[in-house]
Amino acid sequence: MKSTLLAGALLAFAAATCAHAQAIKLADVAELSGGGATVGTNWKNGIDLAIEEINAKGGVLGRKLEVSHADSQSNPGVARAQVQKALDAEPYVLLGPGYSGSVKVTAPLAAEAGIAQIMGGEAAELTQGGNKFLFRTSFGQQSSMPKVAKYIHDEMKAKTVAVVWVNNDFGRGGRDVVIKELDRLGSKVIADLSTEAGQADFAADVGKIKAANPDAVFVYLNEEESARILKELKRQGVTAPLMGETTLIGQKVIDLAGDAANGARGHVGLTTDAPVDLIKAFREKFSKKYNYVPDHNGLKGYLAVYMVKATTEKMGKVDSKAFADTLHGLTIKAADEPGILMDVTFSETGDIDRQSFLVEVVEGKQVVKQVLPKVK
Amino acid sequence: MSNLFDLLVAGLATGAIYALVAVGFTLLWQTSQTINFAQGEFVMLPAFLMLAAMHAGAPFWLAIILGILLSMVLLGLAFKMLLVDPMMRHGVLPLAIATMALAIGIKEAVKQFFSAEASPFPSIVPTGDISILGHAVSLQSIGVLVLAILAVFGLTALLNRTSLGHQMQAAAQNPTVARIIGVPVERMILLTFLINAFLVALASLLITPIYLAKFSSGEVLGQAAFIAAIVGGFNQVRGAIAGGLLIGVLDNLAASYVSTQYRAAVPLIFLILVILFRPQGLLGRAEERTV
Repeated sequence: MKSTLLAGALLAFAAATCAHAQAIKLADVAELSGGGATVGTNWKNGIDLAIEEINAKGGVLGRKLEVSHADSQSNPGVARAQVQKALDAEPYVLLGPGYSGSVKVTAPLAAEAGIAQIMGGEAAELTQGGNKFLFRTSFGQQSSMPKVAKYIHDEMKAKTVAVVWVNNDFGRGGRDVVIKELDRLGSKVIADLSTEAGQADFAADVGKIKAANPDAVFVYLNEEESARILKELKRQGVTAPLMGETTLIGQKVIDLAGDAANGARGHVGLTTDAPVDLIKAFREKFSKKYNYVPDHNGLKGYLAVYMVKATTEKMGKVDSKAFADTLHGLTIKAADEPGILMDVTFSETGDIDRQSFLVEVVEGKQVVKQVLPKVK
Repeated sequence: MSNLFDLLVAGLATGAIYALVAVGFTLLWQTSQTINFAQGEFVMLPAFLMLAAMHAGAPFWLAIILGILLSMVLLGLAFKMLLVDPMMRHGVLPLAIATMALAIGIKEAVKQFFSAEASPFPSIVPTGDISILGHAVSLQSIGVLVLAILAVFGLTALLNRTSLGHQMQAAAQNPTVARIIGVPVERMILLTFLINAFLVALASLLITPIYLAKFSSGEVLGQAAFIAAIVGGFNQVRGAIAGGLLIGVLDNLAASYVSTQYRAAVPLIFLILVILFRPQGLLGRAEERTV
């Protein structure tokens, strides 16, 4: 009797160990609390949704996916400690963080461990340091700004442009790329205005724009400041068309700026309002599971997991060391892997090329006006 | 030239709001030697009280009235009775530090109850332009300027042309003698607190549509108004008005003609110069108190 029990226990233990060994372990470090809680929670929910779907269909190469979530508290220092802890458990791939500052301090750790890191940061510099293990889920500024400059030059037909930017890493990075591109295309930057993060009063800045009388204004500020400058532009009667990025035409900005946001246009890499059937289906599934409409960070988390799936299936094996090499230069087609939502190509630096959207605010709502094709 | 005109109008509009807040600084100092470092937060809070009233279903006009009344109760009456009166006997410095603590408390409470994100706030003045001397000037700037100037003129008339105002001045200049001649000094002091609460609520109503309602928006305003009060003269209402307008215009001109990065530094440099060469302020008088 005793020996039967012992054999049973051993069998159960062996089965459990075997199942555990078969699962592919992913580690996620995200902004689950603090200032970036909205970003991190959307990202995490996107990951969970993708894993649930993949596991329900039998997993990746017959193995289930497992993920551990850790909270960076929106703090780069905490993110670094959490990433180190996650890497100690030797995950297959590291997911997150979402904030560029947190990615900047954690990327060297993942690279040193030889683990691929799929993250949400958008600052241009992240993929310019030669890190062979870092991958984006959305456009970096060096990918989005050329599209913005091209739109200002070709579609808005602007010969003169005023560029307003926030004086931090994010703003300066975007400003440098867009000015270079506008210059290359032949649109002249006649006002180059830096503003401060948290600035409340934009009367003087808008006064300068008004005096310069440009054909178009490019606004690259954080959300609250975007809302303030939109109000001030309306107050001072500036009629030049306004162009920006996600931070100019996001729903939060529209809520804050009210009527003043109408007519503003922006380039958006990912939006759940995109006229793409697979994205519409994602939005529906996500909303049904979590009872709210996701933002683009939900899409990023979801895509990150499908990047893992597509790359692993391409390799035909689970090999964390070969993962990064395989993903470099890889094109994943939505026809082959619907979870990737849109055709995407990864460059040698870990940047992505994908179609994107030109959105205009019409009566307080984002309306996708144009689908901008992949650059290459 | 057109740009300069726009800058002057925008600067005067912002400056008029600074003036409202700065006048409150001087009033409290004159009557109760209170340096209120929570004055910026006093401007931030009424907007949230009005928003709360609107969330509860009140129309905007009713929310404004409720917001102003609640501000007068909380930032006038309760502030005086619960913080200033108990702390005053310990001297100017402990009271000033207590107001700093109050500022932190108000900010954190607003963050707790309303979230750390900014909220939109409706404007009392319609948007649009009017033409002045051939220049298109925003109605909002003009409206803010006119309302703020009306409030300041109303206050000056109250202080200089009415018996009540004379009693307030007497209570500020020499409370002992004022008591002897029958002035209800305590009631006069309370009145200045209520007037201050009304002024900050009005400033809140005018500035929040531009700055947005946010827990931290009082920091900039409090600092600007404090500088304005010192520059103009801490012991003169007219000094605070002049200081407010001057700082508003200076800030806008500095942002436009010097550099946006150094805009915050210019009023501070001006403040240092005033302290060095005219410590009583541009319109202040040394060793004298009047309201």
